[in-house]
Parts: sequence; structure tokens; C-alpha cells
Amino acid sequence: MHPALSIIVFTTLSGLGYGLATALGTGLLDPAATATKAAHLLALALIAAGLMSSTLHLGNPQRAWRAFSQWRSSWLSREGVMAVLTFLPLAASAFLAIFESRYEPALGLAGAALSLVTVYCTAMIYASLKSVQTWHTPLTPLCYLLFALAGGFSLSTFFAAMGGGNLLLSSGLAAFFVCLAWIAKLVWRNRMNTLRPISTPETATGLGFIGKVRLFERPHINDNYLTNEMGFRVARKHAVKLAALSFGLGGIVPVALLLGLLALGAAHPAVAVGVALLAVLSHITGMLVERWLFFAEARHAVMNYYGG
Amino acid sequence: MTSLPATAPAKKLGLVIDLDVCVGCHACVISCKEWNTGGYGAALSDQDPYGAEVSGTFLNRVHSFEVIPEGGEIVGEAGEARIVHFPKSCLHCDDAPCVTVCPTGASYKRTEDGIVLVDEDMCIGCGLCAWACPYGAREMDLAAGVMKKCTLCVDRIYNETIQEIDRVPSCVRTCPANARHYGDLADPQSEVSLMVAARGGIDLMPEQGTRPVNKYLPPRPRQVLGAGSEQALLAENTDGATGFFAWLDGVLERI
Ligand code: SF4
Ligand code: SF4
Repeated sequence: MHPALSIIVFTTLSGLGYGLATALGTGLLDPAATATKAAHLLALALIAAGLMSSTLHLGNPQRAWRAFSQWRSSWLSREGVMAVLTFLPLAASAFLAIFESRYEPALGLAGAALSLVTVYCTAMIYASLKSVQTWHTPLTPLCYLLFALAGGFSLSTFFAAMGGGNLLLSSGLAAFFVCLAWIAKLVWRNRMNTLRPISTPETATGLGFIGKVRLFERPHINDNYLTNEMGFRVARKHAVKLAALSFGLGGIVPVALLLGLLALGAAHPAVAVGVALLAVLSHITGMLVERWLFFAEARHAVMNYYGG
Repeated sequence: MTSLPATAPAKKLGLVIDLDVCVGCHACVISCKEWNTGGYGAALSDQDPYGAEVSGTFLNRVHSFEVIPEGGEIVGEAGEARIVHFPKSCLHCDDAPCVTVCPTGASYKRTEDGIVLVDEDMCIGCGLCAWACPYGAREMDLAAGVMKKCTLCVDRIYNETIQEIDRVPSCVRTCPANARHYGDLADPQSEVSLMVAARGGIDLMPEQGTRPVNKYLPPRPRQVLGAGSEQALLAENTDGATGFFAWLDGVLERI
């Protein structure tokens, strides 16, 4: 599938934003601290930026409001509805923290739960597509949820280091979620690499009863919407390198830094801020590569008609 | 409303495509584009129409496949490989995944005849339905920013202002080889249903669970091309010649 920048940025940023909102919703950070107030603002900003970017690839964005109507059947519609619903408790929690230095557990936990539901809806847009077998597994939403938590708690570690609260607890949780997320992702990758395609050129044409089917001629000599949108291929050797890069930057480096923070303790606050920031930036870079691969490596059933 | 009809449509209008007959002339591709660029909804735009990178929106495309039986050889005309021309457009699936994923309600399946349509005034051009269709039957029009797909020529088949003979989809009307047929596949006595029953019509990618309405008639077993091709080879080689040909062969040798 074509790795569209707008969708990669959207899923990465909104995942981070909802992850941070979840961490804040648990009351992990001290609502009176300036860093916590900034964290609330950043969570809302990341979510908003992600949603804005997701409308960039629409053909007719002026009608985007219509996308709230089909929540009975469509995960994309559900995601839109949940994003709006989730915004209410998140904005209220942010208001309480910023103006009253207060944390309201019921409100916070509701916001955290809704944040995770929204991330789940995003992931289900992909996981529900039978036409893209790589995505069509419950492991897809599991990875999205765990990566949101991994990124969110890494960010909250940075704000904790800035004076927002318990640095040790936050970095411990962040390291835990980064590890869990990568375990899930490696299982997901292993499934992808060992998949037997359910659809083949033989089933796509119904000609398998005669023999092996090979594309002889495409319908047109140039590319079309379908081959541009769904025919994207990444060379295997590049994919392997990029996967290693995303694992290193998104997993190994942040976990090492977060564990370093645990060892460092509260001794050197300035160093802790730098280390936490590095962990966050490394994780985000790794996630962008991971999301790029999520699309680039996925094969769509229609390519059975295009020899791809 | 993008939930599928709760009860099965009374009629299931669709196409039956005969892979034994299609000669791959692409006439249906052109007549489809011609009718639909001026018909239902936005025109079917082309990008860079006179340039090197020309591309455009089509609702029907013809692919060509080569099928090689197990152990078969590819020896020009004489080998066992077969070329099959393969027209493809929306199959108006009973369990249309393109319909249920649509967030706006633009995509829908009609209760009265099962045709799958896009209401272009509601479509936001998110492209998700094109991802959901395993057959590549939906293409976004890049100029209009809305999703285009085969309408089964809904603006012809019920159109009383045109002659009755023309009240079939444009591709069916055009096909010079008569490889495309149109009718009600819910009625077991319709011409198309009888054809499907007689020829063992098949679903494309049944494993995707879409339950397509359109059916494909598989190519008939190949007539022994081998016999003809041996004769062609004989023309070069007179070893097995008998009777008059043996005598002629001898005479010509001696000259
Ligand atoms: S062929 Fe594709 S576009 Fe047509 S109804 Fe089936 S899934 Fe939808
Ligand atoms: S492109 Fe249009 S018809 Fe297709 S899913 Fe999006 S809104 Fe619905």
C-alpha cells in the first residue's frame, strides 16, 4: 500500500497524543506542576495536529462532517465520533489542571479509557480490511494500543523529569510499555513474513483449474489510481534494514535510556531531562519508520490482477 | 446508509462475462468510459491526457493473463499456455465490504435491485472503499475528488427515453464478440442464470467473502491445438509421409 505521508503523520501523532492523554488521565503527574500543564496542552495539540493531517488526503474535505454519520458500520466513522467524544473529558481535565491545578480521577480515567478506544478505532480501520491480509488480525489493534502507551508514557517521563512528578514510576512504566509493544510488533511481523496469501492470481481469475496464472498484459501501459494507491512495493532488502532501524530507534535506544533514568534516580535532574528527551525523540523517529513500513509492506489483494 | 440491505434484494442485477469468448478488444472499456463520462455523476477525468504520463479514471478494464498447465511448455502457438482476456468491473457484491466501510453514507447497495452505487454529493473522497474492495473496482476521480465505480449503467437500464434494445449496460451493448451478458441473477430462470448453471459460472476470490453477483464463465477445454501444430511441424519434416505425399516427396527429392 502507498505510504501516504498524511496518514503516517496522523497515526503517529494522534497515537502519541492519546498515549500522553492516557498517562495524564491516570493521575501520574502532579497537576499543580507547570510541566504537567504543558503536557496537557501538548497532548491536545498532538491529537489536533494528527486529526488535521488526516483530512489532508481527502478529495472533498469540506464535507468531512458527514463522516460522523455511519458509526453503525464504519470504523472510520467510529473513529471520528470517538475523537470528538474523547475531546470533551480531555479538554475538561486539561482545564482543571491548568487553571485549578486539580486532578479529577473520574474525569481523568474516563479520558484515558476513551483515548484508548479512539486508538482502537483507528487501528480497526486497517485491521477490518480483509483485502489487506497483513493488517487483518487482532494483533494490529494490539500493536497500535501498545505503541500509543509506549509513546505516551515516554512523553510523560520527559514531563516528569521537567518537574511534573514521579520520574521513576513514569520511566519504569514507559520502558515496560515499549518492551510490550515491540514484543507484539515482532509477533505481528513474524505473522506477516510467514503468511500464506488467501487470494492468489488463480483465485482472482478463477483460472486456477487450468494451471498457473501469470499476468500477460496490464489493462493500460501506464500506472493508474489502483497501482499508485495499492501497488507500492518496497525492496525486501530495504524493508529488512528499515525494520531493524525502527526496532533500534523505536525500541532498543528508548528502553536503554529509560532504564538509564531508573538507574540515575533523582540525582541529576538536568541530565534526566536530556536523557528523557532523547528517549522520546528516538522513539518517535522509530515510530515514523514503523508506520511507513506498516503501509509499504502491506500487499493488497487487487495486486493479483496486476502481477504484483 | 452504509449498512447493507437487511433483506436480500428482490432482484440481483449483474453481468455474466464469458472468458471463452472475450477477444480482448477493449471495446467495452471505451464504450463504458464514453457513456459514463457524460452520465451518472462527475465526468471520468484524465490526467496529462496528451502527455507521456497519461492516466485516467476507468470503471471497466481488461487484463490479459497467461495460464500454464502444470508441466506445460510455452512454445509460441504450439505450447500449452493459454491467453485469457479478462474484463473486470464492479461485481455488485452481496456482502460488499466497500459499502460498510464508508464513513459518510455515500456508498450504498440498493434494496430493489442490488446495484452498488456512490452518492457523489456525500462522498468525501477518503478512498477507504477502494481499499476495501479486493477487486480494484473503485477508482477515485482525481479531478472531482470523489469515488467512481460501475453503476451497471443505472441511467440506461431503466431509461425509457432510449430504445428498448439499448436498455442494457453500455459494455454489454457494445461487445462485438457477445462476451458480456446482463440480467437478473436472483431469478434462476433468467437467461444469465441458465448460462451460469450450464457453464459452471464462478465467483472471483470467493475466499474474500464478498459474495459477488457478477459471474465469470470459465474458458471451455482447449481443442487439441497439438494436432494442428504437429501438421505444421510435418511441413518441415517429411519422415512420416505416406501414399501420394510419400510419392510426391520422393519425386521432389529426385529433381
Ligand atoms: S466489486 Fe468491489 S466495489 Fe463492487 S461491490 Fe464488490 S467490493 Fe464493492
Ligand atoms: S471515498 Fe467516498 S464512497 Fe468511498 S468510503 Fe470514502 S466517502 Fe465513502
